[in-house]
Amino acid sequence: MQVCMLIYEPKDQTAKRHDPAEAPAYWGAWTAYAAAVRASGLMVGGNGLEASPTATTLRIGAGGRQVQDGPYADTREQLGGYFVLEVPDLETALDWASRCPVFPGGAVEIRPVMPPPAA
Amino acid sequence: MSGAAARAAEAAARASYGRLLAWLSARTRDLAAAEDALAEALRAALETWPARGVPAAPDAWLLTVARRNLGRRARHARVHAMAEPALALLAEEADREAAPFPDERLGLLFVCAHPEIEPAVRAPLMLQTVLGLDAARIAGAFLVSPAAMGQRLTRAKARIREAGLRFEVPERAEWAPRLAAVLDAVYAAYGSAWPDMAGVDPRLTGLAAEALHLARLLAALLPEEPEARGLVALILHCEARRPARRDAAGRLVPLAEQDPALWDGALAGEAEAHLAAAARAGQAGRFQVEAAIQSAHAARTAMGGTPWGAIVTLYELLLRIAPSAGALLGRAAAVAEARGPAEGLALLDAMAPGLPPSWQPYWAVRAHLLARLGDAVAAAEAYGRAIGLTSEPGERAFLQARLAMLHGAAIRTT
Repeated sequence: MQVCMLIYEPKDQTAKRHDPAEAPAYWGAWTAYAAAVRASGLMVGGNGLEASPTATTLRIGAGGRQVQDGPYADTREQLGGYFVLEVPDLETALDWASRCPVFPGGAVEIRPVMPPPAA
Repeated sequence: MSGAAARAAEAAARASYGRLLAWLSARTRDLAAAEDALAEALRAALETWPARGVPAAPDAWLLTVARRNLGRRARHARVHAMAEPALALLAEEADREAAPFPDERLGLLFVCAHPEIEPAVRAPLMLQTVLGLDAARIAGAFLVSPAAMGQRLTRAKARIREAGLRFEVPERAEWAPRLAAVLDAVYAAYGSAWPDMAGVDPRLTGLAAEALHLARLLAALLPEEPEARGLVALILHCEARRPARRDAAGRLVPLAEQDPALWDGALAGEAEAHLAAAARAGQAGRFQVEAAIQSAHAARTAMGGTPWGAIVTLYELLLRIAPSAGALLGRAAAVAEARGPAEGLALLDAMAPGLPPSWQPYWAVRAHLLARLGDAVAAAEAYGRAIGLTSEPGERAFLQARLAMLHGAAIRTT
């Protein structure tokens, strides 16, 4: 099965990306994690995402178009990146999720990737 | 509702849950029904005790009500064969009233680790039935989704009922393997606690206390079994080091660098007493040897240094009794201390081909030995793997600090 691991980072963690004192440990941990996932042979894809203030959100409804600066929902944790993994079962996905350097404070949501619709 | 009554019900439940459930389920061989009946009795206690006062013998009260619940359930399900033992149980009520009920938790532990029960669910089943932990908490500790854990527990209980497994200690002929299965399951319960021992935050200590409770219970129920004592000694030694395992910032402190003054002397003393009692039986076993290794580490203050030679010998004994990747890794690390990092690394190289590539402890030990040999490039690569594979924030911080030191040393020498 393919799963998508959605990585939710608290804002103070995302802020470490550009903090000279904290950035080396932050990137060191993420680089090592991504390398370990790749070395496992389970990785299908994935990306880090720029911080949530860079987001632009579009809604179109009865009131017309609305373009908003910022993320879809202003929650304490924000989507910071994602991995797509090919795993034998949910437990393997949980095992890899537990290794994400987003704890304590963050969260990882695991969602099965939908198979392509039958032609 | 009065807080005192709620507390009394909770206390009775905590102290006696396993004993009550063991007694009820041994007679019906239906764990799920016994759990439901006991849960209903606990709810009834919370409703009636505040008004009428807490009974003099809360356990007996809970047992009587739970038994009535089982009997009522059985009458409703008279068509099922399972109804018969429950009705017989109700009939026992009259002659058993107020008599102290026997401790039958040993039979419950054995049925949880029965060969008919899938090994992965044995420890969760013990935690739920003997200690009354809820499935969601068990699921978290074992890193399984609560729905999947709930299903596994339900399936295991159905298997016990359908196969009519006996809630009894096994016959002498099958004693050794059956006991080994119980010990393995208790150790697995402790293993679920080990990786998330963040130390600083008590909510992150997993099920360590619960697993220790099970191990102490098993040793108390089987005082003549050296391996039951070996297992509790092993867990006690590991728990004794908990206060020394993290620095003030929550970073892991490796055993060799821990301040022995921070070790819990009471727990270590309890471990030593079990180990000494086990040794009198004169039968070495896996858990006694593992506990002896921890005991040798603990002896370093008294001996003025860690007795690495003795630890190597103990690992070699362990590899003969119960070979495992963990024992191979432990021996390699001990050999590196006793005879130098090159010899330790040679043992690591020899064990590498059979290992899963994502086994973190291998990379952590490898990185340490390569760093000691001065191979900064290979050490950095191994530290990277160990950092990427750890699930413990405190260990990640420790390994990152080691990697930074390595880079610092490399810059200074070039």
